Amino acid sequence: MDLSTGSEYEDFRKEVKQFISQHGEKSPRPGHGSRKEALVWQKLLIDNGYAARTIPKEYGGFGAPPDIIRSRIIAEEFSNKQISNGLGGQGISMLVPVLLEMGSESQKKQFIEQTIKGEIVWCQGYSEPGAGSDLASLTTRAVLDGDEWVINGQKIWTSTAHLADWIFCLVRTEPDKPKHQGISFLLFRMDSPGIEVRPLVDMTGDANFNEVFFTDVRVPKDQIVGERGQGWQVANALLGHERSSLAPPDATQSRLNGVIKMMKQKNFSGERAIDNPVLLDRLMKIQGRVLAMKCNDMRILSARINTNQDARLASMIVKLQGTELRHELEALAIDVMGELGLAYGNNPYIQDMGSWQYQYMYFLGLIIGGGTSQIQKNIISERGLGMPKEPKLEKKG
Amino acid sequence: MEFGLSAEQILLQDQVSRFLKEQVPLESVRKVAEGKETDKGVWSNLANLGIPGILIKEKHGGLGLTLLDAAVVAENLGYNVTPSPFLSTAVIAPIVLQLANKREDVLSAISAGEKRVGIAFSQAIQPQHESGIQLDGAIIEGRLLFAIDSDADYYLVADEQKAIYIVDVTSGGLEVSPLATVEKTRSTAELSFSRVKAEKISDDREVFHQAWNAALVVMAADTLGASQSALDQAVTYAGQREQFNRVIASFQAVKHMCAEMAAHLEPCRAMVWYSAHAFDEIPAEATMMACHTKAHLSEVGQFVTRTATEVHGGMGFTDLVGLHYWFKRAGFNRQMLGSPELLRKRAATSQNLCA
Repeated sequence: MDLSTGSEYEDFRKEVKQFISQHGEKSPRPGHGSRKEALVWQKLLIDNGYAARTIPKEYGGFGAPPDIIRSRIIAEEFSNKQISNGLGGQGISMLVPVLLEMGSESQKKQFIEQTIKGEIVWCQGYSEPGAGSDLASLTTRAVLDGDEWVINGQKIWTSTAHLADWIFCLVRTEPDKPKHQGISFLLFRMDSPGIEVRPLVDMTGDANFNEVFFTDVRVPKDQIVGERGQGWQVANALLGHERSSLAPPDATQSRLNGVIKMMKQKNFSGERAIDNPVLLDRLMKIQGRVLAMKCNDMRILSARINTNQDARLASMIVKLQGTELRHELEALAIDVMGELGLAYGNNPYIQDMGSWQYQYMYFLGLIIGGGTSQIQKNIISERGLGMPKEPKLEKKG
Repeated sequence: MEFGLSAEQILLQDQVSRFLKEQVPLESVRKVAEGKETDKGVWSNLANLGIPGILIKEKHGGLGLTLLDAAVVAENLGYNVTPSPFLSTAVIAPIVLQLANKREDVLSAISAGEKRVGIAFSQAIQPQHESGIQLDGAIIEGRLLFAIDSDADYYLVADEQKAIYIVDVTSGGLEVSPLATVEKTRSTAELSFSRVKAEKISDDREVFHQAWNAALVVMAADTLGASQSALDQAVTYAGQREQFNRVIASFQAVKHMCAEMAAHLEPCRAMVWYSAHAFDEIPAEATMMACHTKAHLSEVGQFVTRTATEVHGGMGFTDLVGLHYWFKRAGFNRQMLGSPELLRKRAATSQNLCA
């Protein structure tokens, strides 16, 4: 057990702190600030190696060798000071890593630099009304007609589709092959004729997702990542990446600090929630679970640095445990507030801009999205514990 | 940065695990649990591996290792539901005596596997109904319940002020009566004192608290091992048992029970490691981590051992399969030296969240 990172890294931490104290005030605040401000901030981060850090210079990145500890220090320092760590979104977090691994040279040149600088915004076209947990049964068709794919079908749960310039999309190109081998991974413009985006309002009251309809959308033949029929492998590489990033323990810790702060304040009747032994016990129970997930996270990080360590099972459980824990934590804050916890929207008594109710509902969405808790349990039992798959039912008819 | 066990600790784990699997299988555990044998044979064999002196300095014949090493051993003892006085004799007593710089003779005798030291801390942690001791100088009068180990040569006794005394079982006026509990692999006793002459070891509360913290981490590690074994047994059983023409491990209802056990249990491993490390190296976090780790492992251990029993169906409920030994092991660890609620309150106090 050695939790020190060495003087070289402590020097690096000082550099990061210095950058933040010098430039931090230019950071866009969450929910405020213009897109232009965000793009300027993103460029400053890339130029200094705090965003797109390991992306090669030729594709517009900073070009540093991968170093998990340095990346971690950057994340910690930016999060401590609540400074924006740059643009996120599915283009940057999911498509760019895949293009680096599986894209053609011209695709890398065409897309990576513009994506990391925020000049192209992406959305992800995976789920369909008939293909949720069973994603590989998707039926959106792409048929080759001369030099173009012609796409027909529908996607759902497509976040940022209404803002996106481009989409990375799974389509069925080989209808005669087994379902996992008939899918291709296409990239196309969202302003192509034949695309209709309809916002999907969810229980939070926001339209976090959309439905996207394709009617004879024509896409140049070469806008495919990997070969025809390889789309499932490409998508799976991405899904693993998505799952682990849905409930990071540091964010949970910071929400926990928020609950503690709230419980130490006097409420309307002049009492402190923390003096209520039942609420205190619930708080402590959740703190124990947060600590367990933080330790688990250290173990995962360590296994990425020390290849002799094995943290596969520890990684597999993060999405399931992390989203459930976060949902319960948000629920505790609402119970602490009682009736006041109901305030939502335009209410003069609202606390913390209604974020507790919002996150409570949003994390129920995350328990379902990105691979439901039930799908996570299938993965844990089959890949983690070596239990057999359910026998397949024979096809009807 | 390296978060995990060292090469030496993995070696220790392999050595203890191999020894327990070969030398103390379930049949041997049953003999002790049913009162046909004592745990003395197991303890003297563990003494050949140096286990009683794991935390004792080399000058007193021990191995001089850390609490993380002790946690590694405890995990294996829990995994194999091994009957032994490890918690009291090899963890709590050495920490108390070394912090207080007292009774080198006892430390050496522990290292050699010759003497064992029981622990009677319940009055200092949570006074039990109609029990308690009064001190007249170093003369003890009264009664203490649920002292750990009914076969000890000495007892470390703590009073309400958390001062610690040592008594020799051969002292006049001391009566040790075994107290039956649900858990048969480790014993407890009622101690009755009638003007028993004791020797004060420490009146520094810090000594008591450190020993308590170490005990919490080691009990959590024991539960970690017991729960891991229960889960492993459930997965193995589900892979063999057939109903409706297929192994029950292929039913999603059973798979999801096992996945939930793994999902709750796997982070506990890192938590136990970190808490042990905090005891050794990060004193500012030690109390909070120790309390949370034992409380959290108690909840997870309860869930895992009951769910593993359920996966075994009716057989899980029988003595024949013996899964109840793991269930009771975790149950014992849950209540002893502080129930989850008591420990969560102490965790809150250590962060100044309550009085």
